[in-house]
Amino acid sequence: MNLQEIYEHPLFGVTVTVGAYVIALKVQGRWKSIHPLFVCSGAIIALLLLFDIPYENYRAGGDLITFFLGPATVALGVPLYKQRRFLRRYFTAILSGVTLGSVSGIAGAGLLVWLMGGTQELMATMMPKSVSSAISVEIARQAGGIPELTAVLTVLTGLLGSMVGPALLRRLGISGDMPIAVAIGTSSHGIGTGRVIRDSELQGSISGVSMALAGIVTSLLFIPLYGWFH
Amino acid sequence: MTGFAILLGFNLLGLVVQRALHMPIPGNVIGLILFTAALFLRLVKLEWVERSAELLTRHMMLFFVPYIVGTIAFLPLLRENGLAIAVSLVGSTLIVMLVAGSVAAKVGRKTSLEPEFEQGKASANL
Repeated sequence: MNLQEIYEHPLFGVTVTVGAYVIALKVQGRWKSIHPLFVCSGAIIALLLLFDIPYENYRAGGDLITFFLGPATVALGVPLYKQRRFLRRYFTAILSGVTLGSVSGIAGAGLLVWLMGGTQELMATMMPKSVSSAISVEIARQAGGIPELTAVLTVLTGLLGSMVGPALLRRLGISGDMPIAVAIGTSSHGIGTGRVIRDSELQGSISGVSMALAGIVTSLLFIPLYGWFH
Repeated sequence: MTGFAILLGFNLLGLVVQRALHMPIPGNVIGLILFTAALFLRLVKLEWVERSAELLTRHMMLFFVPYIVGTIAFLPLLRENGLAIAVSLVGSTLIVMLVAGSVAAKVGRKTSLEPEFEQGKASANL
């Protein structure tokens, strides 16, 4: 038997990912503060490095897993619909939080890159990174950034917000389902939403709405910026 | 499986709309908007989709794992501008969270003080 053939089969990537995810959930059940994505991705990366398996081989199965992000994003309509009365009531608060949050995030990312001596290309790569990768990558491409790097930064941003977000916000005196979910959805898109929806359906629905709104608001905000980048 | 078929259908519809109208928003998000509209218009009944949707959203994090693993392929590119990227990444993410959270809290507080507020559970959470 040739091990290489096994690695190259999509079943390898799928099994490793689902297996690591289940273990990560068990770990989180025992130690609440350990983020499942950290354990799961860390274990897979360690496995690939340890057995010298090329990332491309893992990706054959990985692509089958990420496929489900499409229907999962659509499925966010269900918590949104179930929480409709709450969302209607707080729509102004959610929209203002998302809009001002997105504006300051884009400005902040650009300004920090500029202060650190980064190029305009790097600014265009960093600025859209708070929204879902499908949107951020497209924006980076149009603004003259490096789309592949934006995709990676978007994932890291989501992971950061998802890992430290809820605890940090509470420590800074921002509490309540609504403000926390708006902050997480606006800053950490689907990865953050995937985190808070496990705690509460209400938080998940607000985070999902914030994520969709942030995507739309950010797409619109960049229209005048394209001229400046070119 | 009915629910899963409906969700896939709206996902595909979103993609079709995006390609046909060249919209600057991804197909997934357009699918979400159309699907939510269909729920509100009662074209899709909640009980048809509730179980499939619950399963998919509860395990949404799983579907991101390959992307996170994929970041290892880009480590050299990240290292090139390492410090600028790290500072901007952490800094701007914190800025977004703080601004979005505190603005939402401030505006939301005004809303919950309005008299006709009747959702006891929601106000207790705020």
